[in-house]
Amino acid sequence: MALDWRAVTVPRWMMMGEWRAHPVRIGTAIVAIAIGVALGFAVHLVNASALDRFARGLATVNGGADLRVEAAGGRGFGEQFYPRAASVAGVGAASPVVKLRAQLDARAIDLLGIDVLRAARVTPIIVPQPGPGHDATALLDPASLFLSRAALAGRHVGDAVSLVIDGRTQRFRLAGLVAGAGDRPLGIIDIAAAQDRFDRVGRIDRIDLKLARSADADHVRAALAAILPADAVLAGAEDDGSRTDALSRAYRVNLDMLALVALLTGAFLVYSAQALSIARRRPHFALLRVLGASRRLILAQLLAEGLILGVIGAAVGILLGFGLAAGVLRLVGGDLGSGYFGGDGTPPLLFAPGAALAFAGLGLIAALVGSLLPAYQAARIAPTVSLKTIGDAVDPRRRPPLAPAFVLAAIGIGFALLPAVRGVSLFGYGAVGLLLAAGIAAMPWLARILLAPLARGRSTSPVIQLAIGRLWGAPSQAAVALSGIVASVGLMIAMAVMVASFRGSVDDWLNQILSADLYLSAEGSTPLDKATRDRLTRATGVRRVDFASQRGITLSPGRPPVLLSVRDGDMPPAIGREISAPAGTIAVRVSEPAARLYHLTPSATLQLPLGSKPVRVFVTAIYRDYARQSGAITIDGRAYDRLTGDTARGEAAINLAPGADVAGTISALRRALPPSILDVVRIVPTRALKAQALAIFDRSFAITYGLELVAVLVGLAGVAATTSAQTIARTREFGMLRHLGVTRRQIVAMLGVEGALLGLVGGIAGIALGCGLAQILIHVVNPQSFNWTMETRWPVGLLAGVGAALVVSSALTAMLAGRRAVSTDAVRAVREDW
Amino acid sequence: MVVPKLLLEITDLRKTVPGGRLLFDGLAMRLEAGELIAIMGESGVGKSTLLNLIAGLDVPDAGVVELDGVALAALDEDGLAALRRRRIGFVFQAFHILPHLTLAQNVGLPLALLRAAPAEVRARAIALLAAVGLAGRENDYPGQLSGGELQRVAIARALAHRPALILADEPTGNLDPETAARILALLIGQLREAGAGGLLVTHSDVAAACADRVLRLTATGLVEA
Repeated sequence: MALDWRAVTVPRWMMMGEWRAHPVRIGTAIVAIAIGVALGFAVHLVNASALDRFARGLATVNGGADLRVEAAGGRGFGEQFYPRAASVAGVGAASPVVKLRAQLDARAIDLLGIDVLRAARVTPIIVPQPGPGHDATALLDPASLFLSRAALAGRHVGDAVSLVIDGRTQRFRLAGLVAGAGDRPLGIIDIAAAQDRFDRVGRIDRIDLKLARSADADHVRAALAAILPADAVLAGAEDDGSRTDALSRAYRVNLDMLALVALLTGAFLVYSAQALSIARRRPHFALLRVLGASRRLILAQLLAEGLILGVIGAAVGILLGFGLAAGVLRLVGGDLGSGYFGGDGTPPLLFAPGAALAFAGLGLIAALVGSLLPAYQAARIAPTVSLKTIGDAVDPRRRPPLAPAFVLAAIGIGFALLPAVRGVSLFGYGAVGLLLAAGIAAMPWLARILLAPLARGRSTSPVIQLAIGRLWGAPSQAAVALSGIVASVGLMIAMAVMVASFRGSVDDWLNQILSADLYLSAEGSTPLDKATRDRLTRATGVRRVDFASQRGITLSPGRPPVLLSVRDGDMPPAIGREISAPAGTIAVRVSEPAARLYHLTPSATLQLPLGSKPVRVFVTAIYRDYARQSGAITIDGRAYDRLTGDTARGEAAINLAPGADVAGTISALRRALPPSILDVVRIVPTRALKAQALAIFDRSFAITYGLELVAVLVGLAGVAATTSAQTIARTREFGMLRHLGVTRRQIVAMLGVEGALLGLVGGIAGIALGCGLAQILIHVVNPQSFNWTMETRWPVGLLAGVGAALVVSSALTAMLAGRRAVSTDAVRAVREDW
Repeated sequence: MVVPKLLLEITDLRKTVPGGRLLFDGLAMRLEAGELIAIMGESGVGKSTLLNLIAGLDVPDAGVVELDGVALAALDEDGLAALRRRRIGFVFQAFHILPHLTLAQNVGLPLALLRAAPAEVRARAIALLAAVGLAGRENDYPGQLSGGELQRVAIARALAHRPALILADEPTGNLDPETAARILALLIGQLREAGAGGLLVTHSDVAAACADRVLRLTATGLVEA
């Protein structure tokens, strides 16, 4: 059916006329939507680009095999399993791999030892190519090393290269490149050389498997699982994806949600802009209705206004978001400072048309939703009343309803009690949104309650009387202004309380776990041998040394490895219940994330892949750990030594003797280290370590603070736009007051009082709402997203500062807009009909 | 003999205002096509309410309002809106000219609501503006006009879609006597020329004198003045 353009003549005139008359107001609404869409899209693009590179890097290191047998612990598994795995029905080809983490200069790279002939059939992507002057025999030469371009760092084929692994330095000759490694720093050597030169004889870390063409993957998996050694697990390409995803999903979802908060604030700005614009134009719509326009026409016109604002805002937002993402990737890197994705350099920016459409759609929805309620109200206007009066459509004596707010709050609280969906706190965020909506829905009622004592008061100042009279007598306009304030302040305070609580809890946790004076750590799992440990213990200035080591163990192939922390000293302090291990069992403590991920409580047992067979251990307590989102398990050093025979330690917590000097002790400790590992060992005072940890925290949250700040600025812009629009729309009222003898200064003062009161009421409500929302973020969203808990901290200074800033800024905005409004000649102002 | 066509018939109309005060009860009147009736009465007696009831903007407690033989009570909201769009023109005391539309757009508004072709809308608006003494001002905005000029625009708008009935609610109430006389003459002249019926609510004896009949509204209904 063809569109009858004559049907849109009146809406078009009305829209164009409004936009011509108030371009700034329209521009503000467009900018609000654009900022929301831009932030959401930029964060998504940055995350997607970084994740794509991370996944590609992982695929490179894993070589793209159909299926892999992987070591569950850090010491590999016996190579005798290789021929058994290769002979399983359905396995087409198998390639054994020794996987090491090596230091090349001061940089860590993945070093794989492979059998080139077998890898060529299973994982050709990681098979190196001999460089100029080298033939195929170089591939089998134990002295040959092949590097990816990202690991070359200016070296040339033929150069000598030193690699440090486990404190042992080995020299190789660069014999060619690993062309298929992309931008991941990777080295390849012959598997026999890897075993021989790095003390791995008889052990391998991985078997890459290629399935026969007709093989059923599930059958092969089942057959392998039946013969799998205890210290190995099965993993496939889909596990890589879920590991990559699991590692950063909660972080990414949180950032996306924060960006959506900005979009939500933008929607409120559209709402307040539209609500005010419609309130001002109420007589216009009444006239149209008197002249025969239907309710549908009014509704359609206003929704079309919202749609056009949304389309322009979304289009600008997508362009802005793309530029923003490119800038962020260049300046901060793909992990936005969080360290989640690793890797070097800037990942290439991926344009995602689907995401662009999704975020543009969200912007459009925000604009439409922001317009819907005001449009509906405008269409419901009783024309005879609206034509007669310029006052508020709501009778000030009527008590505003509270039931909708109660219903929304009840559903929100119900949502908060629901579990996460695939590790994402969807219902938690839903609860935040619903409670926010409940808070806003309660505003007209709350404003009545908070303003009632003022309205009853008997101020002798006409300025204060007029200001209170206005707020009391025009409740729906006051409610619109307050909604914007409450939405932006509520979200800002919620985020601020959450971050303050998190930072405070991290600070406490650091104080608990970093109780020694100095910490020593060796890069790349470099072990400190027994003689070195003895020398360190006897070093001048040292009172006590507790050694420790860490290694990754895989408890579930689909999840990132869990950190196994071996400690010779005290165990980490428990949170909550702590029980004794029954006699004859091995006690472990598990971190909060590990407890949540693997459903462990004190008295639970679990099997750890230690040594050649799984070991059943008993959980005695849960401890707080903000360092490893994928979980950690702490075991006593003596028990670990007994179970594995592995007595190596790579870390130490050092307590100084009374009066010992920090710098002098560090020098003494360094003198106790063998020269071969001096470069890879760091000895750091506790204070520096804490400062560094908090700096990392702040860097991780820098993007959070940034997004929060933008949301607040958008919110404050909304408050300013709302206040000034309301003020300017009252030019006629001011003209009338001046006819009655009120001075311009008194009118500006009256507006200042009004603005301050609005800021005060909105601030009180917004801060209260924000504190409530923060509880959802702290006790629902964070535990569900990151698997850790925290205690609430109230940033009292910040809360007071925000309240004061809000009162001052809304008073100032109202006064500035008021100065403009009273600059009109009083006689002309009164004559202006509407 | 030509029998005049009955345009508006009101029977047994009763209306109370919120709070229960009775405005009128048993009100009846007839208006023929091309006839102009002035309605007078004290403030608050319900003159404007009567016009609202005739336009379908308000609902009576009892009684019947028929326009062109159609009972308003039989129409739903869309039907009432369509009736106003096609058959009724309005002139208000407070002008109600949209400030952000040009004079031509303001005048052409009723025609545009009827989905007339844009060229026809503009041509009719320019012609009507010329007829009310505002030739060449079609692209001006209302902010540039005096009160008298604004009411001229309102009269032009009321006539734009050639309505059968024009409802004028104290159209000269905001104007000085000299301008009021000119505007009244213009309104009645245009109304006669268009052959439309008219109901003129007024406090002015001068204005009432121009009407074919003058009725006074009281609590018992309308009586010939």
